[in-house]
Amino acid sequence: MEAEGLPGALELAAGGGGAGLSPEKRAALGASLALLKRDYRFEAVWFWGCVHGVRGTYYIAQGLGADRAAPRSRLYSLDCVEWSLLTPVAKEVGEQAERLKGRFQGDPSFQYEYAEVSAEDAERLLEDGVEPVIKEEDRLIATIDQIDRAVGIVPRGAFVKTPLGSVHENRNFEGLSLTEAKKLSSYFHFTEPSNLKNKTLLEKANWDPSTDFLDSLEHDIPPGSWTVQPEKGGAVVVLRSLLWPGLTFYHVPMTKQYGYIYFGTGEKNLDLPFML
Amino acid sequence: MEQASPEHQGPEGFSQLYAEGQDSQEASRSVDQARALGSDPCQRQEPRSACRTYGGGQEHYQAHEDGHGPYQPHEPGYGLYQPGYSPYDDPIPDPEARMLAVQNAKAYLLTSSTTSGLNLYDHLANTLTKILDEQPTNVVDIIENISKDVKWAQFRKKMDTLRDEPAMPPTFESAERSKSLFLKSDEEGDEELDEKGETPLPNVMETAFYFEQAGIGLSKDEYYHIFLALKKLISAQPIQACRFWGKILGLEMNYIIAEVQFQEGVEEEETEEEEEEVPDEGEKGLGEVEDEDEEKEKEDEPPKSTYKPPPVIPKEDNGTGANKYIYFVCNEPGKAWVKLPPVTPAQIVCARKIKKFFTGRLDAPVVSFPPFPGNEANYLRAQIARISAGTHVCPIGFYQFGEEEDEDEEGGGGRDTCEENPDFQPLSVAEMVESLSTWVHYVPSILKQGRCVWINPSQKSEEEEEGEEEEEKDEEPDELQQEIGPPLLTPLSEDEGIQNVPAWTAQPSTNLIPQYAVAILQSNRWPGAYAFASGMKFNNIYFGWGHKYSPENHTPALPEPVQKEYPDGPEITEAADPTVEEELAFKATKEKARAKKRKTRKNE
Repeated sequence: MEAEGLPGALELAAGGGGAGLSPEKRAALGASLALLKRDYRFEAVWFWGCVHGVRGTYYIAQGLGADRAAPRSRLYSLDCVEWSLLTPVAKEVGEQAERLKGRFQGDPSFQYEYAEVSAEDAERLLEDGVEPVIKEEDRLIATIDQIDRAVGIVPRGAFVKTPLGSVHENRNFEGLSLTEAKKLSSYFHFTEPSNLKNKTLLEKANWDPSTDFLDSLEHDIPPGSWTVQPEKGGAVVVLRSLLWPGLTFYHVPMTKQYGYIYFGTGEKNLDLPFML
Repeated sequence: MEQASPEHQGPEGFSQLYAEGQDSQEASRSVDQARALGSDPCQRQEPRSACRTYGGGQEHYQAHEDGHGPYQPHEPGYGLYQPGYSPYDDPIPDPEARMLAVQNAKAYLLTSSTTSGLNLYDHLANTLTKILDEQPTNVVDIIENISKDVKWAQFRKKMDTLRDEPAMPPTFESAERSKSLFLKSDEEGDEELDEKGETPLPNVMETAFYFEQAGIGLSKDEYYHIFLALKKLISAQPIQACRFWGKILGLEMNYIIAEVQFQEGVEEEETEEEEEEVPDEGEKGLGEVEDEDEEKEKEDEPPKSTYKPPPVIPKEDNGTGANKYIYFVCNEPGKAWVKLPPVTPAQIVCARKIKKFFTGRLDAPVVSFPPFPGNEANYLRAQIARISAGTHVCPIGFYQFGEEEDEDEEGGGGRDTCEENPDFQPLSVAEMVESLSTWVHYVPSILKQGRCVWINPSQKSEEEEEGEEEEEKDEEPDELQQEIGPPLLTPLSEDEGIQNVPAWTAQPSTNLIPQYAVAILQSNRWPGAYAFASGMKFNNIYFGWGHKYSPENHTPALPEPVQKEYPDGPEITEAADPTVEEELAFKATKEKARAKKRKTRKNE
């Protein structure tokens, strides 16, 4: 969520999740995120959330350029003051990191043995002369990427796509109405769309190509993996993902306020089909 | 923000009107306007010249028909240098003809649209007024949206009452409920204070403050609402001690849970209802042996089933063991508090095997395998019992065992009461964080049986076991504690971790200001369970979904193996009965054989 609106947003999003930020961290973030924006020349800085490791917590921020759909820079910090850039990893490493199970350790230099993941891969890599380990940093960025792709959501109409292909915030976005906000179809995954072309002609007829260029949440698998709760009688609509527990999205209907934040252990809830 | 200005193209440009920020209706409206303004190339002459005062708008027609002007539409200066169309040229030099042209143009603009009753003149005037009033930046990029908003505003007045109604009530209702919390009731006074001058109402805001230092908790608003809701609960029920236990999230609604202890002497009247509620599901449930009873009454007696269900393990008495506290839940502060029923061992045993999300409605059924004996209220209560038993901790020395307790009375490890230690000396925060042995469990753990105090189910009576027997038959305790029956006040260092993750993570709330730091414990077995300790104060709380952590996937219990059939033998093998003809034929052959024998005997 936007760094500038962070304190107010945390009040809205934290209700219920339980996890939040201590006053010390909040104060530190206010200062350090502004400095990040200056140093890295980001157009916008979003505080993404925290991943709780066993011995420490990673605080994650994202920096965006003018095109909001471009690949984002991700930074992590252990104390909200000093930030380090996370380098994106190769696809194979990312896939292997996704298969790692268990908690994050909280120590960025920790190394996971490949043998835990797949013995054949470990042997193959040993032959190549590469150490069969995955660093926790790599696992971290792979997880963040996965979470963003799977459950990073924005309300419909909040972003527009220009004819040149770049994506910007829609200045005319006035917020969803309360009835719209309760429907899953009003929210989009903020990532490359994968099944836009599979919609029926009827659905496509009502589209506005400038705002409807992303996948909506309606057809997420498994159905029911999002909980939509109007809190305070509809003053705030909170969506929580059950697939990645800890991801909370909030939106105040009829206003421009929205955002999502992740407070969790960085583990996918693979038991979801049993739990619904 | 980049937005290319949409073009009022001629009809041939209809499909290209899908520029950003416009929807199809807007596009068709602008096409209508384009048509209204004269789709005929020859008719364009007049309006264009007359409208020159509005700036470079009309010049777009010409430029796009040409297609390749030196200036792009978004560049400044566009339109000013088109030949013959700069604002300073005047194609109609004659003033009279010009006046006429202006009047004609204006009259044309004032013509009302047949479909909407608006006319362009007023609309443009309103739009420009709005723009000049508000003065947004980069207005030319969003002019179409402003125009759409102005049009929309005109319609909104009529449909106002219709549209607003349904959206409002939920917000208002909830606001009403919240307001009722803030009203002071009439029976205020000293009735909350008991002899010691203490009130059963916990200081929720203080707890909130300590947890907030660690970044845990809800918003202050919500805490305050919960505070007031607890106050209401206390004034409604005869409560001796009360604590905010935590919040459990659900699919449709969440649960706010309060842990209370009733005053002495308040009886439980719900035992009767309890047993009726529990449905009879599955052979291993709490099934009473209905089959046998029914069959005795029948006259024809099919074989009696020799099945005896495993004996029902009785639940613990209210006030002891897993039922030590009573729990009240509500979905939102302001809604009514509902008391949760006491938990039975069978429910705890089953709850350990299933993993389901809570929906938020207490009467929702829990569909699972093995079938859960109860509905969501029972499941919630069972999870609360497990979480309390697993994660309620306190600094060492805060509680102590009373001296007059008899060792043999309740069996080894069965001391399930402890009292506050008046000589408690708090340890420093650094010590509390450094080692887990400075924390102890003060809630008895739940055995595998589902109770805190073991009971031998084969005994018909409900007496407690003697000490020696219990040691012999002591079952494996549940996975939270060490192998030997976990006694009360076990330090946390004895808790087993999961794989290579310790059971608890201890941290100070801040590293920058150690003098005022608070020691915070997070449970890794039950994600969402937290505890803090600071000086003489400590507390536990839970915020989460209500499930235990398991790095492996949840594997549901397999169904029972198929029962063995009665072995096939000749005594039960069916054979066709001989028909009448066959019988007669058989008799005939027998007769023949006998007759033959007689003949041979005669002949001898």
